[in-house]
Amino acid sequence: MSADEAHAGDELGRDHIGDWTIRNIVTTLVPLLAVLSVLQMVSGTVLETFEEALLTNPALLVLVPVMIGTAGNLGSIMCARLSTQLHLGTFEFSPTNPDLRATVGAIVGLAGTVFVLLGIASWAIGHLLGGELGLAPLLVITVTSGMLLAVWVIIVSTTAVYASYRLGYDPDDTTIPVVTNVCDITGVLILFAVVSVVL
Amino acid sequence: MTGHDSAVDIYRQALPVILVSLVAGLFAGTLLGSETMREGISRVPGLLLLLPAFLATRGGVYGSLGARLSSGLHQGLLDPHFEWSGRLRNAIIASFLNGMIVSLFIAVLTWAVMLALGREAALLELVIILFVAALLSAVAMLGVLLPVIFKGYRRGLDPDNVIGPVVTTVGDVFGVFFLLVGIAVTEALL
Repeated sequence: MSADEAHAGDELGRDHIGDWTIRNIVTTLVPLLAVLSVLQMVSGTVLETFEEALLTNPALLVLVPVMIGTAGNLGSIMCARLSTQLHLGTFEFSPTNPDLRATVGAIVGLAGTVFVLLGIASWAIGHLLGGELGLAPLLVITVTSGMLLAVWVIIVSTTAVYASYRLGYDPDDTTIPVVTNVCDITGVLILFAVVSVVL
Repeated sequence: MTGHDSAVDIYRQALPVILVSLVAGLFAGTLLGSETMREGISRVPGLLLLLPAFLATRGGVYGSLGARLSSGLHQGLLDPHFEWSGRLRNAIIASFLNGMIVSLFIAVLTWAVMLALGREAALLELVIILFVAALLSAVAMLGVLLPVIFKGYRRGLDPDNVIGPVVTTVGDVFGVFFLLVGIAVTEALL
């Protein structure tokens, strides 16, 4: 028993030292980041396709980093909350679950706040940078894409946490990086789908 | 603690971080929409294509360095005083290498995707821009992240709660700015 424990301790110790070698860190992270970069080329291609519209309307360029960041942020809040509830054993995948309802309500509220502010700010900054896009179309663009994004984030996060729970993975390790990246990419896709309808 | 957070509680807790990231995003967006950057975008084919991947890499490399250092401090594997040796040195060198390798990979990838899209792109130009931007980003990110983590930890701040906002804010603003510097360097060199 104690020999087993000592052995386990040994393994753990060796693991920790191995974990902190340069080679180990680089060979773990580089492939992962390379794959994510390939995925990010999807949103890059969308930006590249809309180059003309982006260059004539600087307000749209102002939107891009916020859209990318907020999508991932909302996704990580949703996932972190769901996976903590899962770990605490208080989670139930049901529309009547008060925790789930509260999280969904908060995500929608946060998205509403951010995207109204974003519409106003991008209009003001766009004007300072010499753009001519009006406040009304910008608000329509940011609020519509923001609300679509919130719904999408809720669906993706819930599905991802549920799937990783069913497959036996700890959602903390797997879900958040995946969902954050997926939300970043789809955030850009949603934004430009709305832009092409409005403009 | 069996109390349930209401939607309003969660909203209140998350709002500051979301607003900080909004302001940082607007700064990055303003740089991106500036006349100099727009000139750069129309002059360097592929710049918009690489933008999301470049910004995401900053988050990936330095977010994971921050998470690693924070776990190391919590586990007692790292001394709470900055010292250039052992595990800490390995983690820092590794994150630097990660940032450089992945950024150069993005340069080549961007060039390949541009060709696949039937557009023109200059590989050397993209490599130089990303090399310069990744190098300067590493200096800026390490310069901000390390003091925040070590000083914060000694003052009782849990690094887990600060790394996210710090990496997003510093990463986005400096990321776009250093791409601009990279473009200026290629103009001077090529």
